[in-house]
Parts: sequence; structure tokens; C-alpha cells
Amino acid sequence: MTDLQAPPSRRGGSAGGHVGDSPIRPDGAPKVQGRFAFASDLQADGMLWGRTLRSPHPHARIAALDVGPALAIPGVTCVVTADDVPGAATYGLIASDQPVFAGDVVRFVGEPVAAVAADHPDTARRALDAIALRYEVLPPLVDATAAADAAPIHPDGNVIRRIVIDHGDTAATGDVVVEGSYEVGMQDQAFLGPESGLAVPDGEGGVDLWVATQWLHEDRDQVAACLGLTPDAVRLHLGGVGGAFGGREDVSMQVHACMLALASGRPVKMSYLRDESFLGHVHRHPARLRYHHHATRAGDLVKVEAEVVLDGGAYASSSAAVIANAARFACGPYRVPNARIEAVAARTNNPPCGAMRGFGAVQVCFAHESQMDRLAARLGLDPVELRLRNALRTGDALPTGQRITGTAPVAECIRAAAAHPLPPPAGPELLERPGGTGRTDDPARTRRGVGFAVGFKNLLYSEGFDDTSEARVRLAAGVATVTCAVAEVGQGFVTVAGQIARTALGCDAAVVEPATTATAGSAGSSSASRQTWMSGGAVLQACRLVADQVRADLARRLGVAPESLAVGDDGRIRSLAGGDAGASHGSVDLTVAEAAGDGVFTASAVHRHRPTVPLDDHGQGDADVSYAFAAHRAVVDVDPDLGLVRVVQVATGQDVGKVLHPVQVIGQIEGGIAQGVGLAVMEEIVLDRGLVRNPSFTDYLVPTAADAPEVLATCIEQPEPGAPFGAKGVGEPPTISSTPAVVAAIRDATGVDVTRVPVRPWDLV
Amino acid sequence: MSGGDGSGVYELVVNGVARAVEGAQPGDSLLHVLRDRLGLPGAKNACEQGECGSCSVLVDGALVCACLELAEAAAGCAITTVEGLTPAGSEPGDAALAGDVLTDVQQALVEAGGVQCGFCTPGIVVAVHDLLARVVDPAPHEVREALAGNLCRCTGYGRILAAVEQVVTVRSSAAMTPPGVRR
Repeated sequence: MTDLQAPPSRRGGSAGGHVGDSPIRPDGAPKVQGRFAFASDLQADGMLWGRTLRSPHPHARIAALDVGPALAIPGVTCVVTADDVPGAATYGLIASDQPVFAGDVVRFVGEPVAAVAADHPDTARRALDAIALRYEVLPPLVDATAAADAAPIHPDGNVIRRIVIDHGDTAATGDVVVEGSYEVGMQDQAFLGPESGLAVPDGEGGVDLWVATQWLHEDRDQVAACLGLTPDAVRLHLGGVGGAFGGREDVSMQVHACMLALASGRPVKMSYLRDESFLGHVHRHPARLRYHHHATRAGDLVKVEAEVVLDGGAYASSSAAVIANAARFACGPYRVPNARIEAVAARTNNPPCGAMRGFGAVQVCFAHESQMDRLAARLGLDPVELRLRNALRTGDALPTGQRITGTAPVAECIRAAAAHPLPPPAGPELLERPGGTGRTDDPARTRRGVGFAVGFKNLLYSEGFDDTSEARVRLAAGVATVTCAVAEVGQGFVTVAGQIARTALGCDAAVVEPATTATAGSAGSSSASRQTWMSGGAVLQACRLVADQVRADLARRLGVAPESLAVGDDGRIRSLAGGDAGASHGSVDLTVAEAAGDGVFTASAVHRHRPTVPLDDHGQGDADVSYAFAAHRAVVDVDPDLGLVRVVQVATGQDVGKVLHPVQVIGQIEGGIAQGVGLAVMEEIVLDRGLVRNPSFTDYLVPTAADAPEVLATCIEQPEPGAPFGAKGVGEPPTISSTPAVVAAIRDATGVDVTRVPVRPWDLV
Repeated sequence: MSGGDGSGVYELVVNGVARAVEGAQPGDSLLHVLRDRLGLPGAKNACEQGECGSCSVLVDGALVCACLELAEAAAGCAITTVEGLTPAGSEPGDAALAGDVLTDVQQALVEAGGVQCGFCTPGIVVAVHDLLARVVDPAPHEVREALAGNLCRCTGYGRILAAVEQVVTVRSSAAMTPPGVRR
């Protein structure tokens, strides 16, 4: 039994290490010992198990629903449906358009219809089977391209958002034009820790929810609205999070568990099984893209025309922001003087899509990089040279009209990726050849290929969203205690927060308190590669306020003017030359923690990035705070007879601003590349008229240790103005251009003009 | 009371300790009983389909997915979970283990950066201990093959493979140390 009195996610520790070091994670030891409490590990006395009844149809009318037979099963405590939702009937990240439970109509396979609480998971499962439910099946709308003109399947209509970017002279033409049509399949985040949480009624009408999420406060607000409670009556606490990658930005089981807990008066735990997880969170949008690239004979881009259609699935989720990203980054990290981009996210009866690592930049990167290779081939130029020739630099304008004011080391990323040594030819070991353990490969026929791609995206939230982060720092007895509601999802914020505090305060020990809405303000979402910048910035700001208090206190104790002491970036307080401190007390040179002595100092700070604006009707506006870039070179071996691909090596140069924790940065790079490789050659949720055909790890394949390539990485360090320590977020760029690099390598190996990811064996033979 | 008679009351020997299981349903998996009846949540529930390896445990020394084992059928077997792995030379229950005393595999995973979200980690720890108990100096492709049943979604495996290499190096240099030299 996990004691709820103890912090559910241990974030403390005094592992040592300043910014630039690689201290071990404070949650590392509990995680390797199996005693770190993930949300699915939590238990409470008298706890019930909750489970969800889901629609088997992509589109149907609920003709009859009777929960009586389920309630008659011994051990079943309560059943809740749409009729029982006490507050708002719907929720959503941007538009509140998704029902807590379907009322009259179900719009996708897996849409929740009812939830039960029972004394055992199997009792709950039998109760779901007993619910009497009759559907009138409706024809599903599953073609996103046709959705805009089809009969609306939702009161909000079928077009979630349409964006047009007009840039420069849209009638301009180049000496050469290459065109192409591309498709991206539906990828899943496939985090390992299933959606889980434990809801505990407080006896006064409110509820505490321990849950795996990416943003506690956003969940809190959506849950409270659906429960008809004030936000302070709903307290969310972070349960250990087993990965996220965007898939936990949306509410899943949160409202259901709280409703069951409030209805039963007992703690209720919900933990999805894997098939349910595949249906229970949003996915990466499938995409159809059509491009025309115009260029001069010398290879300068003249114009890019792009049409992008994203399949948003049944509900809006974050589609309006994803499509805006797809539009803004549709041309790639290149100087493009003229552009016409038309991007639409449409509603269908497919599973809802929303955030996944890369957030709209992934789909367009596959297309624009495929186009750059086509253009290089048409012009007879080396693909790397063509990219270098057009690479964005600081000061260049994007198609939105926004000029890049921060760092933009695109050419450096390209050169670094290209400079890594190529791997030796495949050896005799069959396990290292295409087909792996299948031992199907004929070495004499295996072909090797090399491909290149470059990508970029925004850091932090965009288009006018004020995604602040709040942190509190307390310095006492040489220990810095950081309170910040960041969702640690595996990325290592708890490590970095400690490094920042130790660096700024010169202390040896730093502890990060458990994340909760009960005692901390919002830290914003653990997404958009933003927490190191935003919450790291809040921690740094709070530390500096603490240091100022310590400086003033020390000056008072020494009887000198505070202005005679200065706090350095290294967390030390020193006498300024010519000040009076040196005269009467000798020169001061102490860490902030030493100078604090027996005092206790506390400060809070809210970190904000510079304001941004929404895109206007022509897709113009300074919508972004900052950008991060990466280049990837992939090497593949292909068995042309069976169409099997082994990704041998991925080399990368990545724009990171400044490395705060070298080991965690390489972990983000290797992990992100693995997900990009997955999208390139194996990962797809297979849809058949709205039905999900492969909701399991048997049939939805993610890269294993046998599939993951060797990764060679170079971090380009050019500190970003405005970012704490100059550090850019590093989580998303590895996932963006690794996919097209692998596909380019497959084309190089086979000569097959692949235009769809993931590449399937039958695409190659 | 070694069980296995379908009464729902039986005994499992987990990490060297005999534990009574009461009130279980006949179909309960070993994973469910470990996690939800015996208070041992170290084995994880990422898929409960035998595909991800997050619930890896040893049953009579064999590496298995606890989600695929019938709990009652494991009565009488020696079950080792991640909670029962101890550094060489120590015994379960040692006072030192109450803190952060880790096995060499656990220590290497933490140091090398093989842990991010940590959900796959207990299974990886058990699987690496199993591999290195069978193969002292595995080739890189043998390590990859041995861990191919343990999905990790965060790391891309690079730091996990580096951790295994670190353990092999340390163990082999310890094995080469002349007798009598204290380390």
C-alpha cells in the first residue's frame, strides 16, 4: 500500500551538481528500486476500482441506456453517465466541445458512455458488460478532406480551424517547380504508464485527485467546471507520470474518477488497460499535404505553396494550435521570400487528435524535406548544399512576417550532422541486419542508403497565449526548497530545478517539493519544450529574489550599504571594489547559502515570456517567442525483397542554446530520434472506417532495443537571449526531422519514391 | 498452505518471504496479486498483454512477464521482483537497504541516464540482472536482443545500453582483480 501521507512522487534529494554538470536524477534511485509511486500504484483504504464503458462505433445514436443490470451485480457501488454530470457537460483544452460522457450521440470508437465503480477490477469489467445499451449506427465521416463540405457531425461544425498564410508575391514563379503529395499516418504517444489516478472525496463535497498529467492547474479547472465545483474544492496532485509526449495534455479519466468518488463517497482508482489507453487519449494528427516548390536554377527558393489537411478526429482538443504550427512551419527552416499556405484541421469520426511531441511541425517537415530532396535532384545539387544555401539565419523573416531575433544556427546544425562519421558496412551478425531475429535478410542483396533532413519549431506557447510559470524558493540551513507545480513526466525538470537553485544560491542541497495545485500556482504545461525555460526561469527568478534578501540581511548584519555587495551568477555574494564592506569587515566572498546563516528566506516569482500575437487573416504576426532547430542524417539498410528496413545510425546537430545537463540532453535527443524513427518505419494506428484495428503493443509497434539506431549527436551552443542561462528546450526537435531523414535514406537505398509514413514493407517491394 | 487448490487462499514466496494471499479471484494474474494484494508495485502494468516487459519478474529463476502468469500457479515457486534485488553480498532486510543502496545495475542506470519517466525501469533492471547472470560479457547485439522485450518510450535505449556496458566493464575488472586485494 502506498501511503498517501508520503509524497506520491518523490522529488527530493541532494544529488549535488550545478548548471552544466550531470547530477543524477533525484527520483532515480526510487525509480530503479521500484518504489517510485506512479499514479497507477496508488491505493487507499476502502478504495473502489473505476472502469469506463466505451463506444464500439465511430458514429451512432444512443437509443437506449439502462445501467440497472450493472448496479444489480454484487460489489458494484455506482454507475455514472451523461445524466449524472453535475457541472459542464463538456470539456476541452481550447474549445469545450467534448462530452464527459456521450449523451445522445457517440462520435468515435472509444468515446466514454458510462463509468462504474466496484470492489475489484474484474467486477467492474463485468458491470460494464451488464450495462444495457442500444445504438442506432450512423454512417461515419472518416475523410478529413471531405469533412469541410460534409454534413456537420458536431454542433461546432466540421472545420476546427482554417489558416491561410500569404507571404510576399504569391504569384511569383521560379525557374523550376517541383510538386509532391504526401501522407502521414496516425502516430500514438504510447507512453508506458497508462492513464491513471486516484480520486478521494474530502467529505465536504470536494475531492482530491492524484493523477498522471502534464498540467495540473489546467486539469483542475476543467475538472472543477465539469463537477460544478469551485477550483479550490478540487485539488490535483501529481501522481508519478509514466511518460507523456503530449498525450496527457487532455483530460482522460480525471472527471470520471472524481464523479465516481463523489457519488460513492469512497476513494476510486482508475487505471486504463493498454487497449483502453490507445482509445483514451488523443493522437498525432494524420495529414495529407500537397506542395509546390519554386526555385531559381542556382537553387535559391523562390516560393512555396502548401496545402495541409490534418484529421482532427471527433473533438477539437488542441487542433486549432496544431494546425497553426503546421502552417507556420510548413516551409521549413529556410529563407522563403514568397509563400501561400492553406492549412485546415477538420473534424471526423476518427479518434480525436491533439498534441504529440513536435505538434504540427512533424507532419509538414516530412513534406517540406521530401520536397527539398526532389528539388535537389531536379537541380542536380547535393541535398545538403541546397539546404545550406537556403538555411534561415538570425534576422530573416518567416512566412508569417516574424523576424528571427534569437539564435538560428541552422547551417551549424546541418554541418554538424553531416560531419559525423558514417557507420561501417553491415557486418555478418544477422541480428544487426534488416529483419533482425527473423534472419530473413540476404546480405548480398541488402542496400544501404543515406538521407538528410532539417526541421524546426517554436518553443513555448504561441499566438498570444500567456503561459506563465510560478515558483517559490525557500532557503534555510543551507537547503533550497523549490515549490513549483511542474509535471515531471520523465524529462528531468526535478534535476534541472535543483541545479538552478544550487547554482544561483551556491548551496549543496536542493529539494523539489511534490507538485500540487493545493500549495502552488500554475507552472503551465510540460509541453512545447517549455519547462526548462519557463519554470526554470521562475525558479531562477525566485532564487535571485532570495539572494537579494540575503544580501540585504548580510549588509544589515555587517553594517554596510546593500549596494556595496553584489550577487554573482555563480551564487556568491562579494564586496564591490571600493565599497565600505572591505574597510571594516574585510572583503566579503560567500555563497548566498553561507551568507544566509541561520536565517530563513523565501521568495516567489512568476516568469513570463515576451508577448506574442495571434496570426491575422493573412497568417501574419509575431506569433512565436523563440525557435529551435535540428538537422538529422540517417543511414539505413534495406532488404529489397521483403521491404524491411533497419535504421543503422542517426547523426544530428541540434540547436540547444546552452546545455544545462549533458546526460539529460542526450537522453532527450536519443529518445526523440527513436520516436521519429518509429514514425518513419513502424508506428501507425491503423484505421478502418473509423475502427482502430491495432490498439495493443502486439500490433502497434514501437522501436525496441533491437530497432533503435546508434545516435551521434552534436549540441550547437549559442545562448538564446531571454532564456535562463540561454538554454532552449530540447525535447521536440529530435522528433521532427529524424523521420524525413530516415525516409530519404530509404529512397536513397531503394530508388522508390516513398511519399507516405510510416513506410510499410509493401511500399518498397 | 502452499495453495494451488483453487480456494482463493494460497501462499506465494516472494523475495524469500512466504506471503499469504487471501480473497484473490482464481483468474488473478501474478502482476495483480503482487501489486494490489501484496503491496509490491515495483512490477509495472504498462500493457498487461505480455508485450512490454514492464512487469518482468523472475519465477524460479526464469524471466517472465508477471501479467501473463496465473498467480495461483506460482504458488511454491521462488518469485523475485525488483524489490527483492539486492547488491552483491547483502541480504534482503539489511538495514543498509532502507536507503538508496543500489545494485550495480541500478546504480549504472541512474548514473548513465538510463532512467527518464522510469515506468519501464524496474522491468529493465530485472531483465539486465537476468541477462548478466547468464552471459557475463554479452556482445552489443546480444544486449539489444535480450532487452528487446522491454519497451522504453523515453530513452531510445542509448543510455540503457551504456549502463549495461558500464556494469559489464566494472564487473569484469572486479573479476580480474587479484585475490586478496580489497576493493
